[in-house]
Amino acid sequence: MTVVDAPAESGQAPAPPLRRRRGGDGARSTALGVAGLVAFAAVLEAVPRTGLVDRDALPPTSEIVSALVTELGEPGLWRALGSTMTAWAIGLTIASIAAVLIGLALGSIPFLRASTASTIEFLRPIPSVALIPLAVLLYGNAIESTLLLVVYACFWQVLVQVIAGVADVDPVAADTARSYGLGPFARTRYVTWPTALPYVMTGLRLAASVALVLAITVELITGAPGLGSEISAARSGGAVPLTYALVVVSGLVGVTINLVVRAVERRALSWHPSVRGEAVS
Amino acid sequence: MSSALRRTALVVGLPALLLTAWWFLSAASTNLYAPPLSEILSEFGEVWIVNDRFSSDVVPSLVRLALGYGLAVLLGISIGVALGSSRVARQVFEPLLEFFRAVPAPVFIPVLILLAGVGTTQKVLVIASGCIWPVLLNAVEGVRATDETLSDTCRSYGISGVARLRHLVLPAASPQIVTGMRQSLSIAVILMVISEMFASDNGIGYAVLDFQRSFAIPEMWSGILLLGLLGVALSLLFRVFENRTLAWYHGLRRAQRDG
Amino acid sequence: MLDVTALNKTYEGSGRTVEALRDLTFTIGDGELVCVVGPSGCGKTTLLKCIAGLMSPTRGTVQLAGEAVDGPPDGMAVVFQEYGRSLFPWMRVRDNVDLPLRHRKLAKAERSRLVDEALDAVGLSDSHDAYPWQLSGGMQQRVAIARAIASKPQILLMDEPFAAVDAQTRAELEDLIRDLWHRFGVTILFVTHDIDEAVYLGQRVLMLSASPTVVREDLAVDLPDERDQLTTRSSPRFAELRARVYAQIQHAKNPTGIPRETDEPVRAG
Repeated sequence: MTVVDAPAESGQAPAPPLRRRRGGDGARSTALGVAGLVAFAAVLEAVPRTGLVDRDALPPTSEIVSALVTELGEPGLWRALGSTMTAWAIGLTIASIAAVLIGLALGSIPFLRASTASTIEFLRPIPSVALIPLAVLLYGNAIESTLLLVVYACFWQVLVQVIAGVADVDPVAADTARSYGLGPFARTRYVTWPTALPYVMTGLRLAASVALVLAITVELITGAPGLGSEISAARSGGAVPLTYALVVVSGLVGVTINLVVRAVERRALSWHPSVRGEAVS
Repeated sequence: MSSALRRTALVVGLPALLLTAWWFLSAASTNLYAPPLSEILSEFGEVWIVNDRFSSDVVPSLVRLALGYGLAVLLGISIGVALGSSRVARQVFEPLLEFFRAVPAPVFIPVLILLAGVGTTQKVLVIASGCIWPVLLNAVEGVRATDETLSDTCRSYGISGVARLRHLVLPAASPQIVTGMRQSLSIAVILMVISEMFASDNGIGYAVLDFQRSFAIPEMWSGILLLGLLGVALSLLFRVFENRTLAWYHGLRRAQRDG
Repeated sequence: MLDVTALNKTYEGSGRTVEALRDLTFTIGDGELVCVVGPSGCGKTTLLKCIAGLMSPTRGTVQLAGEAVDGPPDGMAVVFQEYGRSLFPWMRVRDNVDLPLRHRKLAKAERSRLVDEALDAVGLSDSHDAYPWQLSGGMQQRVAIARAIASKPQILLMDEPFAAVDAQTRAELEDLIRDLWHRFGVTILFVTHDIDEAVYLGQRVLMLSASPTVVREDLAVDLPDERDQLTTRSSPRFAELRARVYAQIQHAKNPTGIPRETDEPVRAG
């Protein structure tokens, strides 16, 4: 089983991003996994047909799949997907860059870290969705309202991780750098950044899924263009198999994002013991 | 400056500064979207206490939150323990779980409306479907990683079945499970609000969106403030719960660190 | 009490076959204190796990009081080396000691009495309410020992229990074992890599060969029954016995020198 997303509370190192399967086992576990999927699809095919659940509420697998295939040929879907992913990408980028810069600054200066800690602890648990009405007020159902929410939520996710990462810097390494006459920028580059990088990657991984959730949420509620509003329209228009097909699409998008982020993480952290599988005591 | 005073100043300083700035900067505001803080605060009392939207909106919200979160924790731990104990089960269910976990939770709202209508049940299911994942996945991990020596100890003393679950598996996995529960709680609050902003006729989320639609802006902000306070309050409550349940674990870690 | 006959444990995996234990046969009588020593990697822990019923042998049998061992038997208690990982950190000391007793459906008062007795016997009557991680390594191992003897087992298996403890604490714990052995008359099988410890503690010392393992020699330790760290260890007989064991182990690691009486694996007991 892949490792859980465990955001690091300050001071705890992030969970390693991967676990490798034992060697000779791969084929068997793939087979078992596929069997699980097939069994599920079979159950989903049978149950609505037996009348246990209303067919108008839960269509059988075959209908969902055919709606999916049809929809994939529609330009409307791809436009909507494009809108969602645009908001996702832009929001994530803005939030991450801001969070990394601010986090590095806050984390490296003890006074700033101490004085902002309580504010961050207070603002963090505020559910970002509380700002949806505000976004609607300001931007209606344009893409900016989606962006506002995505940036706000992702910023906190990444910021907290960056600060924890900077706090994890080995004081001996920092002192060594200072004694060699490295200035603050050089120290950041050679000591702070590599230490904080695993935390940053964890933050990005979490923020990437949060961004998707929030983008779709805003679209669902405000009708801004994107996957969320497509799903809402499908349901209220009575196109039930299509609704489920779009759920599958969003799941596939989510899985793809997870895979891409993990691949990026692996490459960025190829030097890190947790990825290389050495014992970290 | 004495150390205690200094610490208090650091904790209170910036928030106090920001609040004061907000108060004064907004006092003269004529911007429709950013009313004076004083007005927001007075509306706070007006809306939630005087007009008693507390019982008509906040209480139902909290009830749904409790039910949804409770359901997620119960199911998450049960399924997580089952999966964590069986390698074959994990291999069979992993792709399915990876997929469902990747579906953004709000996407299930229209689906659950189809399956469960628009009432309390649907909202509870929305909350549960989204926030079960951290608990479930963490429970699987926690159970999977049960220490082998402890397991051998149980076997050699003939402790098995329910007793083993109760004395070994669950306590050993509890630090991981509690981490999952903490993440689940924030997700639960978010889903509670979202589920009330879409096809609902009561609840905090509904109220805030309703205020926005009728351009009752100070009231809207008071709602946002309430949500913020709710988030913080739950977070603090959870920390109390965590400190009591995991007191042994914190002690253990401290002993290991101090070497 | 304990009969091990032609015990063999062979591991198969990824194309390789590893014969950890080849042919082990020995008997331990009721109330004996027997030590097992061998070079590193000779499968001492594998042997112990097979005897404890935690692992099934590939061939051969283990019998406890005439009954075949097939899974952990009642009447047997095990003390592991890693005390830190064998005590439950979420339970206090008295709950740790109490745990195996609950399985037996005894009355609460009876259990409480047994726990008090056991903790008293190991010298920890003041630590009932502490958590294991609040105690030192030596004290934690005492708790593990208390837990093992609380249920009044017929036989006590100990797997290098003092390897992770400092030398002075080890000396105290060794004396504690002999003391408990005298008091309760329990049979003890004590696995160790420490040759001095094996000779100091045991009535007999079983010496294992390197992998694939057989019993090389079963040495009777004819030191007086009353032993103490200072005088016993400095006695000439101790030195002789110790030298004999040491030589056997060296030879086991590196077969050149010492001849044996026969070339066949020794049937000990």
